[in-house]
Amino acid sequence: MTVVAAGPEQAGPGQAPAPAPLAPRARLWPSLAAVYRAQLSRARVARIPLLFVATFQSIGIMIMMRGVVHAGDGEAARSVVAGSSVLVVAFVALNLLAQYFGQLRASGGLDHYATLPVPPASVVLGTAAAYASFTVPGTLVTAATGCALFHLTPAGLWVLILVIPLAGAALSGLGAALGLLAPRQEIATLLGQLGMSAALLLGVLPASHMPEPIRWARDVLPSTYGVEAFARTLGGPGATHWAAVAADLCVCGAVGVLSLALATRAYRRAACR
Amino acid sequence: MFVSTGTEETAAPTAATARDAVCTVRGLVRTYAVSRARRASRRPSLRGTRGTVEAGLAATPIRANDGIDLDVRRGELFGLLGPNGAGKTTLVRQLTGLLRPDAGSIHLLGHDLVRHPDRAARLIAYLGQESTALDELTVALAVETTARLRGLDAAAARTARDAVLDELDLGALSGRPLKRLSGGQRRLACFATALVGERPVLVLDEPTTGMDPVARRAVWTAVDRRRTAHGTTVLLVTHNVIEAETVLDRVAVLDQGRVIACDTPAALRALVADEVRLDLVWRQDAPLGVPAVAALRPLAEVSGRRWTLRLPQDRARAAVADVTGGPAFAALDDFTLAVPSLEDVYLALGGRGTGLVKA
Repeated sequence: MTVVAAGPEQAGPGQAPAPAPLAPRARLWPSLAAVYRAQLSRARVARIPLLFVATFQSIGIMIMMRGVVHAGDGEAARSVVAGSSVLVVAFVALNLLAQYFGQLRASGGLDHYATLPVPPASVVLGTAAAYASFTVPGTLVTAATGCALFHLTPAGLWVLILVIPLAGAALSGLGAALGLLAPRQEIATLLGQLGMSAALLLGVLPASHMPEPIRWARDVLPSTYGVEAFARTLGGPGATHWAAVAADLCVCGAVGVLSLALATRAYRRAACR
Repeated sequence: MFVSTGTEETAAPTAATARDAVCTVRGLVRTYAVSRARRASRRPSLRGTRGTVEAGLAATPIRANDGIDLDVRRGELFGLLGPNGAGKTTLVRQLTGLLRPDAGSIHLLGHDLVRHPDRAARLIAYLGQESTALDELTVALAVETTARLRGLDAAAARTARDAVLDELDLGALSGRPLKRLSGGQRRLACFATALVGERPVLVLDEPTTGMDPVARRAVWTAVDRRRTAHGTTVLLVTHNVIEAETVLDRVAVLDQGRVIACDTPAALRALVADEVRLDLVWRQDAPLGVPAVAALRPLAEVSGRRWTLRLPQDRARAAVADVTGGPAFAALDDFTLAVPSLEDVYLALGGRGTGLVKA
């Protein structure tokens, strides 16, 4: 272990002895990887039942919607399948992460990280990345089931490789920020639930059936762009407007960067007061 | 108020003691606004402030630390003793950079921690009271991850993990998540996370809570090993009087945010050396018809069937003779005569809280 001396406070002769050497800081990427690995391991202990709930909830909604939406390519069928798939991401990355950070903050659990020489970004990004990773199996299963239920082309499912991390970044950043900024744990839970409900209602229902003000609300919700990107590919590769898909994914990515930066600031504020 | 009871504190600090000081705290004040204090009372990590918080829900802010002065020397096992609400946890949260003081200075190993709170993490390993960040991890992964976050590379973190699990005899539990362990085992696992990635200063907030004697011994052996090998300085927060008397080199007694005494446990006990503590436990009601017992009643602190008396030695001997020799003996269930503990010192110095633990 290398030991780095502190520069600015070297004492002169006759004064108090020179400051003791400071242990090195943990670097961003190794500590991010350590947090990510630790958070992933929590899935085995605590998260698997919740991941089942997230998947069954989405599949349940699709089965319910199958009663009122015709199978075959159409705006409604695409919206239901894409909205339900991204709902898994919203459930885990936004709702559960908001609850996790809210609980960690309320119980004093943040002290553990705050008393280690670790960059705040690595704690927030490592945890957010782990929560986004938790959503992968549920989202894939939901999307495949939806394509079968509504007779849609599964050829575009690969786009989920981009949708999950980008929508995951946007929603987990939002979830982490809500959890860390909420003044009380109960409010963090409430905000997480509300965010997920918004993703459900505004994502699953087709936009053309919504009144204008609701459509504005839909436009400001980050999950919408993940839903749109995925929905555009469900008609088959020939019918996909790839430039629009790329634009939607860019919006997701930009919101992800902003919300994760906000979450990192919120973490700093929550960790030391 | 700063009461100085030791000889060293009354003398002007020499160059040698100044050099020897690892941690110097002067005039530390930390006040909670009422709204924040209410919030803090909900946080278990700040529950030390709860007593004062509830007492002062009026508009006045609560001074959790009210002008604290401390000098901790190199290699010392220094204790902060006081009941819940005395301000111990608030003090260590400022030392570890988790809270900013309203006024005062903290110098640790030549670093100004009020100006640079981020340096605390590079000098101190802190064991707080809460383990929620680690609860769902296995013991091995909790220790290894903490080592990584203390700046060790992957191989060094694994080596440090294995060494510390071996040292604390946690090998058999290493694959189990912390939340599935008993309270004492979980505390020991958290203590293991404080030991990886050696730091020159250990700050331990009630490290042995819930532990059995074997685990406690493992903790104090590990602490002593680091003090001997590396000159590690240890700051221990406790409300356990017996632990304070047996393990500490020096102790600061805190009451309502102030240091009311600071010296070695033996020197503090010498303050009340002419007194002894007499505990009488009655089978049912105390026999107040016996004049000798009735005479003791106004001097006793009564807790159910137990009377606690702090008396000069000759008076205590006479009282024992009275209650064991006469008709009062039939009503007596048990009695103990003990030399004064730090709890007696705390009360003699005017400590107003209750809740010091003898276990």
